[in-house]
Amino acid sequence: MATLTVPVEEKKKVQEQEALITGAEAIAIACKLANVDVVTAYPIRPYDTVMQYISQLVADGEMDCEYIVAEGEHSQFEIVKHASVCGARVFCGSSGVGWMYAMEALTVSPALRVPMVCMVGNRALDDPGAFGVEHNDALAVRDLGWLLTWVDSAQEALDTALIAYRLAEDSRIMVPLAISCDGAFLTHSQALVQIPTAEQVKKFLPPYNRGDLLMHPDNVISIAPQVNEDWVMEIRRQNYAVTEITCDVIREVYAEFEKNFGRKYGNPFFEEYMTEDAEVVLLGMGTMSTPVKVAIRKLREQGKKVGFVRLRWFRPFPGPEIAKCLERFKAVGVIDRDFSFGSPNLSGVVATELRSAMYTGAATRPPVLGFICGLGGREVTVPDVEEMTDIVFQAANGKAQPLTQWIGLRS
Amino acid sequence: MSTFVEEKPTQNLEAFHGVKKVPHEEYYTSGHRTCQACESAQIMKLMAKAAGPRTIILGSTGCMYVANTSYYATPWGVPWMHTQLGSSGSAALGAAAAFRVQMRKGVMKDEPINVIAFCGDGGGADMGLNGISATMTHPDYNLLILMYDNESYANTDIQISGTSPYGVNTSFSTPGKMKRIMNHRWKKNMAPLMMVGHPTCKYVATISTSYPLQAMNSVRRALTVGGPTFIHCLNPCPKGWDFDPVLSFELGELAVNTGIWPLYEVENGKLKLYGKTKDIANGRFKRLPVRDYLLKQGRFAHFIEEDIEYFQSKIDEMWNNWLVPGIIPLQKDLEG
Repeated sequence: MATLTVPVEEKKKVQEQEALITGAEAIAIACKLANVDVVTAYPIRPYDTVMQYISQLVADGEMDCEYIVAEGEHSQFEIVKHASVCGARVFCGSSGVGWMYAMEALTVSPALRVPMVCMVGNRALDDPGAFGVEHNDALAVRDLGWLLTWVDSAQEALDTALIAYRLAEDSRIMVPLAISCDGAFLTHSQALVQIPTAEQVKKFLPPYNRGDLLMHPDNVISIAPQVNEDWVMEIRRQNYAVTEITCDVIREVYAEFEKNFGRKYGNPFFEEYMTEDAEVVLLGMGTMSTPVKVAIRKLREQGKKVGFVRLRWFRPFPGPEIAKCLERFKAVGVIDRDFSFGSPNLSGVVATELRSAMYTGAATRPPVLGFICGLGGREVTVPDVEEMTDIVFQAANGKAQPLTQWIGLRS
Repeated sequence: MSTFVEEKPTQNLEAFHGVKKVPHEEYYTSGHRTCQACESAQIMKLMAKAAGPRTIILGSTGCMYVANTSYYATPWGVPWMHTQLGSSGSAALGAAAAFRVQMRKGVMKDEPINVIAFCGDGGGADMGLNGISATMTHPDYNLLILMYDNESYANTDIQISGTSPYGVNTSFSTPGKMKRIMNHRWKKNMAPLMMVGHPTCKYVATISTSYPLQAMNSVRRALTVGGPTFIHCLNPCPKGWDFDPVLSFELGELAVNTGIWPLYEVENGKLKLYGKTKDIANGRFKRLPVRDYLLKQGRFAHFIEEDIEYFQSKIDEMWNNWLVPGIIPLQKDLEG
């Protein structure tokens, strides 16, 4: 039997389209491709552009879903929570204090095993008011059983949204997932994005199947009764069991993604930039990668061997992997676009978590310096990165440095 | 006339004509641990029975969650799910939306499924009011919000809610040496709030468990009329109101006969009073004094004569001065 084989590269060219779109639009398109059933919107900048794009897709007949504009974020997340339990694939999102307004719904979703996929357009928490990026909004759910990932480009946003549905709805996982996109820098910045076809996505993403947890008259179950001290520990342990295997499932899903779409992300948990021969590295999440990489190229010209590690997955935190990666450097500088007031060493969230991972996972422990930088949408600038690199090199050379420093602060 | 509103068919649940025509099947049975003579549990039973098997029920936090649904001992014979205290509106909306889209896409059998969300007065008239209000504006979804009203946060030690009566003694409004009356607020008029504020809401009713057949038929009517619908049920609570459980049923009747709790339904804008409420409105029945109702309950034991008089005057005003007596608190003598 003769078969017609099309070279992979050529096939891809025929199928995929390229478009100049923002991070928010990329996620809207992913929702369309994933054939999402129920979407709930509520306005807050900067995440809300994703809902504007989805609204247009629905109005144009390109996407078939129930598109509901709620009267507040609490309802927004409660509506999709219940829709998901009734078998619908759902999408939702928020920013800053909007995310906090939904907090009760966010809290109950992991134990209910609701695989809602959400976009957080990272925004500073009020007060005082600021539209710009800060990571404390999404990080507020870090202990509750959510999966949390940070992306740094529109392409990665689209791809990660597809990965998110496959991962969250995996019968071994079934917990909510938030994709964090830095406000303005990613939500509103355009880039060229390869858009896969519906057929490709269909092959990669099986339909959402809630199995015997489905709420329907044919499946008479009572969901979330009062359990008290009798059972709550066992139920918490079930969510813990998810966290034990999530890293493995993430590896599987990224491998499947690569096979289906041809785009490679390598190590799913973090991206390494010029680390091979680096003496020291900086580490951070999200779109700060752009100025950091520019600065690193400049510093390299001056002979300074510095690299960058961009953390993609914060929950699950890839503790052993990242400790193994970082143990070989002379010093590490963590750039936190967040704060954790009163934490050990008064550092940001990522630095604190990383030190914990290094303590148990690294054979040798280089100094881990914490930097608080780029809060409230302030840019992480190339001079900021140069300054931080300088401090990290001093620590590498044995000169003791404060464990937390604020960078780019007005005096 | 073209419209983008897409109404879905509902189940045709005809009224039960007499108690003997009510089916034996129960969908809220043993397993709960509510108090003796709990009228809130009674409406759960009547509601589930009236709705029948092709139903899902979403219950917001309250005594009908905590006292009702212990792990391994659920009383529910239809699918039931807990929803957060302020989420009954959102829960119903989410479920109805999920069913609708899956039926449209052909991945779920296309049939009318009753979606009911219940809430207490705390969950409905206080915390969940904005969610319910938003849900009442959606014409495309068939759902019923049933608010059982025991006039307090009865699950958490009996505290005042937005529907607690004037002057009531609760654990947040105990009479003291200087102030006899700590709750100066008047009960929120929920059913008219829903029907007047939400033209999309096609059916609103007030019910009482002392009139079980009418209560069940209201639930059936709401589910048959479709769209977003709302029912407000008054439920005497032996624990919270402090009375002998044998009086539960009688207090429900007294609330109606004193004119404190009018019974009516509004379907597509048409108001229909029933029972003694109708007789009161027609002048065929003279309202009993509120004293008969108040003094049977320990929560009003601190009332002195002037408190009873004030309470009575407010009820008289409701029947004598309101544009729609007992229901709409606009004055009869409209200007202009």
